[in-house]
Amino acid sequence: MRTDAVVLSVAFGYLALLFVIAAWGDRRAEQGRSLIGSPTVYALSIAVYCTAWTFYGSVGRAAEHGPSFLLIYLGPTLAMLLSPFLIRKMVRIASVQRITSIADFISARYGKSSSLGALVALIALIGITPYITLQLKAITVSHAVLVNYPHAPELSLADEAFWVDKSFWVALVLAVFIILFGTRHLDASERHEGMVAAIAFESMIKLVAFISVGIFVVFVMFHGPGDLFAQVAASPELVGSLGLDAVPGGASGWIGMLVLAFLAFITLPRQFQVLVVENVDERHLKRASWLFPLYLLAINLFVIPIAMAGMLLSAGDPDSYVLTLPLSAGLEALPLLVFIGGLSAATSMVIVETIALSTMVSNQLIMPLLLRSRRLHLGSRGELAGWLLGIRRVAIVLILLLGYLYHALIGDSYSLVTIGLVSFAAASQFAPAMLIGMYWRGATRRGAALGLIAGTLIWAWTLLIPGFAQSGWVDDTFLTLGPFGLEWLRPYALFGLEDWDIYSHSLLWSLTANVGLLVGISLFTRQSPLEQTQAALFTEAMHPGLMETSLWHGQTTRGELRNLLDRYLGTGATARVFAGQGDSQVGNGYGNDQPAPPEMIARAEQALSGALGNASARVLINSVVRGEALDLESILSILDTTSETLEVNRRLEQKSEELARASEELRAANERLRELDRLKDEFVAMVSHELRTPLTSIRAFAEILRDSDDLPDEKRVHFLNVVVKESQRLSRLIEEILDLARLESGRLTLNPQHLDLVELTRHSVDAVHHMQENRGVALEVQIEVEQAPVVGDPDRLEQVIINLLDNAGKFADETSPKVLLRLGRYKNHYRLAVEDNGPGIVEEERERVFEKFHQIQRPGETPEKIRGRPRGSGLGLPISRGIVAHLGGRLWVEDAPALGGACLTMELPEAPES
Amino acid sequence: MAKVLVVDDEPNIVLSLEFLMQQAGFDVVTAEDGESALARVAEGTPDLMLLDISLPGISGFDVLERLRADPDHARLPIIMLTAHGREVEREKGLALGADDYITKPFSTQALVDKVKALLAEVS
Repeated sequence: MRTDAVVLSVAFGYLALLFVIAAWGDRRAEQGRSLIGSPTVYALSIAVYCTAWTFYGSVGRAAEHGPSFLLIYLGPTLAMLLSPFLIRKMVRIASVQRITSIADFISARYGKSSSLGALVALIALIGITPYITLQLKAITVSHAVLVNYPHAPELSLADEAFWVDKSFWVALVLAVFIILFGTRHLDASERHEGMVAAIAFESMIKLVAFISVGIFVVFVMFHGPGDLFAQVAASPELVGSLGLDAVPGGASGWIGMLVLAFLAFITLPRQFQVLVVENVDERHLKRASWLFPLYLLAINLFVIPIAMAGMLLSAGDPDSYVLTLPLSAGLEALPLLVFIGGLSAATSMVIVETIALSTMVSNQLIMPLLLRSRRLHLGSRGELAGWLLGIRRVAIVLILLLGYLYHALIGDSYSLVTIGLVSFAAASQFAPAMLIGMYWRGATRRGAALGLIAGTLIWAWTLLIPGFAQSGWVDDTFLTLGPFGLEWLRPYALFGLEDWDIYSHSLLWSLTANVGLLVGISLFTRQSPLEQTQAALFTEAMHPGLMETSLWHGQTTRGELRNLLDRYLGTGATARVFAGQGDSQVGNGYGNDQPAPPEMIARAEQALSGALGNASARVLINSVVRGEALDLESILSILDTTSETLEVNRRLEQKSEELARASEELRAANERLRELDRLKDEFVAMVSHELRTPLTSIRAFAEILRDSDDLPDEKRVHFLNVVVKESQRLSRLIEEILDLARLESGRLTLNPQHLDLVELTRHSVDAVHHMQENRGVALEVQIEVEQAPVVGDPDRLEQVIINLLDNAGKFADETSPKVLLRLGRYKNHYRLAVEDNGPGIVEEERERVFEKFHQIQRPGETPEKIRGRPRGSGLGLPISRGIVAHLGGRLWVEDAPALGGACLTMELPEAPES
Repeated sequence: MAKVLVVDDEPNIVLSLEFLMQQAGFDVVTAEDGESALARVAEGTPDLMLLDISLPGISGFDVLERLRADPDHARLPIIMLTAHGREVEREKGLALGADDYITKPFSTQALVDKVKALLAEVS
């Protein structure tokens, strides 16, 4: 099954599938039903970060250097977590300025400088091409491992004809793919939807493949992670090489690697492409900021287990463990899946990287040259759009060819990881110019250029050239002795900095020089007006309203502008640019003599930028626009005043919000006070009414007794009794009102102590027994517990129980009144329930009985029937509830389960054991 | 002999009013709520009415309103007797057509004088 034919047909079949997916994606985009308009696809496309290097090399690095491989993924995770502050701004700038690549970005920031763009493109080409090589090499190696197993793969590329090498053919197919899906449109900012869809698909394939191997190794070859770790723990030398100590360079190594990965993640041309250029919606960053780190976590989950297993079983070259482990288990299909996974990781990287590099090469290197060269008379040629695409296509083939040549010539002597990290360090050189330029308006073109050059030279000296030397291409004595015997210039110990791992070492010196020169030179150089404007537009990119400002003040006609765009973009794209510009009749030359409004010129420049890069677009626009192209003063003043007014507005808004809030609070407080006042008035009125009633009787009878000398004795005694009873009623009422007032103000002095509720209940029942008997009430008592220890004030609690019994007696059935008292335990509480056999209390009345002065009205009771029933003050239940609440308990009304009337239940917490 | 209808839901107040009116030489009929007050009036129109405001069921104000709406009783002298001492309530009672408004607790002598004066005015 592992014959060359099968492996090749599967591999090329997979590539064919990519064509189908990409074609489908482009088709959907044309129909306006974009496949990639989803944050998930965006996150998956960012996973192009995981190349063949991840797929094969992570295990290799883990076997060699322990968990240091994780840093390569922690850097990007950090960058994604910081994306609201960093990547979002990059995306915003890129979409406004129609940025096509990182070279274009840096060039645009520093005054649309074509020389700076060319410099960045050149560095990228030198630094990144080996990385493409690395992917091709991974394909070759994995193919050889797969086909030759169990024999060691034979790799002698240099000796064989190139057509025997499978990666040559893969490169060729990829070139066709990239040309088809990477250069369909000229306008790079129109984005490559099909390509992105294919990349997202590849990201899923490599994840599935890697996790499949991981699961197979851990759960089939070993009995789960426990078994694997136990076996590793049994061999001390393995433990050592997997521990944290194995990370090269110690603490500086950790930090260096983290910084390196962080910077590379945003500056590698392919990452810039998927993160920024291909981003279709800024909001996609939100989901990607956690989904992509999750993807990284998933694909790294099995790296250490696979490395452990490979070392335990001595499965050959660590970089190939993912293949050799399933092969050693005799599997056929899984190794093939792994091979496809590796292929997907490699091809996705090659595709995106090549597109990004070719865009840079054509826009930043070739176009500016062509535009300058008068001999070509480019400006006078007819249709140039096709020409431009041709340049880009040639660039694609050349880049891939370069990658392949590098591979065929020196690829053998490099390990996967080495090349990868060397490229990372090269890309990191773009970070100072890009990041500082985004946040510091004062960074100048000259500073950026010198910083870049110095950083790159140090990078070359400390990483690139030593790499060549170690492959035996250059005499390597300078590594140990220094050039010309100058020891302080040794590439791995520059200025005497020894014992650092080579990447942190290189990064430290190159970035120090890069940043130092950028900042230092910027402080002493001046910006051109265009540079000042661009610097302002970049640093203030998140400034709302800024981008609507029209930047052009020069003059040209619609016709000239249209001709220019026609030549470089083709008529279709030109029509799109002019659509919605008050110029619907594009085709027939209507209004060609009219002056073009500033917005139209701006749009034309944007469109050209999307196709040719900022620098070239500026040159072309300048060729047709006359007069002051750009009013810098007004832009800067707009920028300053708008930011000032915005700030003032923001403060005013804040103040007025505060005021509104304060007045709302005051209004609410006032409302509350009014309500309290109303309640107080009502209470006073009710109290005075309740007090006046007994007083009226007292005064009336007192006056009668005073004025009537001839009153018969029995009448006199009767009237005196009334006076006494009403006086008692009055004092009881006053007592209750005072209780209530104390309860409500929290000044009620309770005397809480440990007491037995059983005993207290018996006592209370005795107290009312006589009165209940007089009224003919049958009182039954059920006490279900021996003891009921609670904390409470015995006098107050007795008051409550008597009140409950008294109420129940009043509301029981008139003809044969019955009252039942039950005391029992409920969870860690005691419940005392008093039931009657009266008509009960309707649902909506149940809470109202606890209102002050509320008189309970029985359901369906007429005023006649209420007559004769002793009236209470309407304060007993509110007071009882207040007391019970003070003791940490509750009091409520429900239906009486046994007697069918009302049931008032008091619940008190059990006393803690003392 | 003039007939006085006493309406109040407090038995002891009814008792005292009944005694005072009888002592002053009037016939006394009593009622303990609004509904029965209206029933007493329907049974035989009294010459004067002492009417409490807070009554179970329909209130004293309601009773007053209904009687004033009935042409037969529009001129029946009615004295409101109430524990509600607030000015608004007094005004409301007078506006509804009460002949006088006496706040509880009241002076028995003043009450008897008022009743006598009103009855003299009518006859």
